[in-house]
Amino acid sequence: MSGHSTYEPKSGFERWLDSRLPIIRFANDTIVTFPTPKNLNYWWTFGGVLSLMLGIQIVTGIILAMHYVPNADLAFNSVEHIRRDVNYGWLVQFMHANGASMFFLAVYIHIFRNLYYGSYKAPREVLWILGCIIYLLMMATGFFGYVLPWGQMSFHGAVVITNLIGAIPVVGPSITTLLWGGFAVDNPTLNRFFSLHYLLPFMIAGVVGLHIWALHVPGNNNPTGVNVKSETDTVPFHPYYTVKDGFAISVFLIVYAAFVFYMPDALGDAANYVKANPLQTPQHIVPEWYLLPFYAILRAVPNKLMGVLFMFAAIGTLFVLPWLDTSKVRSMRYRPTARIYYFIFILACLVLGVCGAHAPDDLVIPHSGGVQFLDADLDSYVWLSRIGALYYFAYFWVITPLLGLTETPLAVPESISSPVLSHPASAPAGAVASPEKRG
Amino acid sequence: MADTVAGASPDLHASGDDPNRRDFIHIAAGVAALGAVGGLAWPFIDQMNPAGDTLALASIEFDLSKVVEGQQVVVKWRGKPLFVRYRTAKEIEAAIKDDHADLRDPATDESRHKPGKAQYLVLVGVCTHLGCVPTFGGGDYGGWLCPCHGSVYDTSGRIRRGPAPLNLAVPDYAFLSDSKIKVG
Amino acid sequence: MLRKGFAFAALGLVLLAGPALGATTEKEPADVHWSFEGPFGKFDKEQVQRGYKVYREVCSACHSMEQMSFRNLGQKGGPFYDPKYPNPNNNPVVKSLAHDIQVKDIDTDTGDVISRPATPADKFPAPFANEYAAAASNGGKAPPDLSVMAKAREGGPRYIYSLLTGFRNPPAGLTIPTGKYYDPYFPGDLSGSWHGSPKAVPEGGMIGMPPPLAPGKVTFDDGKPSTVQEEATDVAAFLMWAAEPKMEERKQFGFGAMIYLLIFSGLLYASYKRLWRNVEH
Repeated sequence: MSGHSTYEPKSGFERWLDSRLPIIRFANDTIVTFPTPKNLNYWWTFGGVLSLMLGIQIVTGIILAMHYVPNADLAFNSVEHIRRDVNYGWLVQFMHANGASMFFLAVYIHIFRNLYYGSYKAPREVLWILGCIIYLLMMATGFFGYVLPWGQMSFHGAVVITNLIGAIPVVGPSITTLLWGGFAVDNPTLNRFFSLHYLLPFMIAGVVGLHIWALHVPGNNNPTGVNVKSETDTVPFHPYYTVKDGFAISVFLIVYAAFVFYMPDALGDAANYVKANPLQTPQHIVPEWYLLPFYAILRAVPNKLMGVLFMFAAIGTLFVLPWLDTSKVRSMRYRPTARIYYFIFILACLVLGVCGAHAPDDLVIPHSGGVQFLDADLDSYVWLSRIGALYYFAYFWVITPLLGLTETPLAVPESISSPVLSHPASAPAGAVASPEKRG
Repeated sequence: MADTVAGASPDLHASGDDPNRRDFIHIAAGVAALGAVGGLAWPFIDQMNPAGDTLALASIEFDLSKVVEGQQVVVKWRGKPLFVRYRTAKEIEAAIKDDHADLRDPATDESRHKPGKAQYLVLVGVCTHLGCVPTFGGGDYGGWLCPCHGSVYDTSGRIRRGPAPLNLAVPDYAFLSDSKIKVG
Repeated sequence: MLRKGFAFAALGLVLLAGPALGATTEKEPADVHWSFEGPFGKFDKEQVQRGYKVYREVCSACHSMEQMSFRNLGQKGGPFYDPKYPNPNNNPVVKSLAHDIQVKDIDTDTGDVISRPATPADKFPAPFANEYAAAASNGGKAPPDLSVMAKAREGGPRYIYSLLTGFRNPPAGLTIPTGKYYDPYFPGDLSGSWHGSPKAVPEGGMIGMPPPLAPGKVTFDDGKPSTVQEEATDVAAFLMWAAEPKMEERKQFGFGAMIYLLIFSGLLYASYKRLWRNVEH
């Protein structure tokens, strides 16, 4: 809760600074004494992980920019130069490339946590929307960044995505030409993508600032979804959550290090080690793994423009989620029916990801012969992605609104500190099942 | 912070439970965190040091048969001009004569060439004042003259007049054979 | 519990999907192993030396390696590294290997293009003046650069080994035009050249490179018998080293980093537990 500050300047210097620029007071109120619900579980540590990953990406990115050359003839070689000749260049480059994947892994866990615990619900709608904006900026940054090494996948991925924009009626082709700076993806495109790739992370940092500000107005959500009622429901952020976040970060770093040091190319594509050739398309054009579900949705629709619209709608749906969810209970801990649909949703997203990695006509279960339905074999990935996409949209636009109105939730505890805390899923006898008031 | 509800938030001032007290484990964790940041800081700083390909060009070999007596050849070495001068006997004599003159940066001529190879002078062609390239043969000592602010060097490359504080630098070099040197 | 079940099922799905990325027709690369595999893998110096010889005497006639310089051969982790010469430019073996090869340069006196022996600072010279010359001399397709080939193909060094040892006579019913050669490990679609049963299209494709290796083609300095398998294994190891010369350094740094992070996590966990032990949560 944003309450009144408890900071007391101790030294003369602190008093002098506090009356001119209360930055120490601000830091104290935001990350030292900030009252945080005491029941946050490990799913809440990913905000800290994300802040760290943004910092790592910016630092490693600035270092790479000291050596990288954003010119179509020199880019690929400059990346190899970084890996071979620049002192510890291999470390910085592998950290940056795998850091992007880890950044997205953390953001997906963070988003799925929000969906489960209803953190997007009132009064945190703006917080959620700011998060969606960050997600969108991250995807743009990741896309621009992947183009920079100028490998086959970099180049042809850029061709596909920029051609998508061309599907927009009337203004599409002009916007595509603006993006290209020419008649096709070429050197001018690479140069401006580099500029934008450098710019966007700082915009992300700015929106992250707003995101944390918007968080601190109502304060953190917690696994029960019940509002903080008194001081006894909270602990100061430091040292309780600085240390807990620190532990979660160190475990996350172990996973990160496993990729950087032992499997640095596992999440990439071998084709990107071939210099970009505009005259030859690789066998399979596959975006980075974190964009695969949206790629699958795009290809699920047989019409070019409709595919683009559905892909953007998939992201746009997130923005309006707070108004689609009619449930009066925040946390799915007390919504057993919703929980089932939620897990199927996670499955659908994973299935969409797998579909995105395959050619649409490939068969899911290899066999000879098959049943054609409309434009493709029923056993093909394109039909599987259609099922996945259908569930994706149905989950937000049909299931979520209906469930809130029709399901019977479990008893929600009165407060964070009340005795039911140690047995979250059981409804103790005599407890009042008071549905959470909105707002 | 009167706690009347059972199982409430921690009483921060209970003896032995004060989390603000510097328990060893917290100090150890903090030190480890700083260690991790420091361990990563060195590679991130070292990456700005010269890269492998820059270091590869750090040493060059030069064929002395390209230099004519009384003339100099200028080659690029480590991004800077390198003067390789084949001195005439008169120029060597003039340089030795001034070995103990009033020099701003005292040095004997012998210390500025390889033993037995007095005729070859290898110098970094960067004026020690502010970095311009001195012109060959200019100035009244027959050595070099820097056009930017008028520093005058003698036939041993020593500073004689003008604002430069030091003699023209002699790089690290060695004779691989009578006609070949390796610089750097 | 249900959540955990879903999580594992999902993970399994993703892992399953990984390898089957798009049905292609070529044969899976052979199951060969090298010393550099695994978290503690190291390059076998002698093997990489033999592999360099294979590249230099056989492959470099057509394939460039533009990311490689002679000095790389003498750097730490490289096949000719000598601790006495931490600066590879001074390494006499490297200097001699470079000196054997002619590179183009410009005569600063006349401006003409000349040929001179290479120094360690020079890059490996390309066999053709430009990609058009390379394509023209090789049936319309330029032989690809090999600097990162071990990372540019699925299967990496296993693919390279399999491709090089996989050349064989095409099965009856497969028409291969002159200038092309059949290799079951090379990706391609042979259904257009196959006159047999449509259900039995041979796997693999047609490659423009004639089988480059032959028994005894390269004499190894350490006396190892030079079979096609040996030549292929060694050149694949060399190409893997060339694709990532810093691999050993990466794995060593990684070992230290993992140990440190494990200890660090332990310390932080202890700190966390100590802080929270009296908080009901």
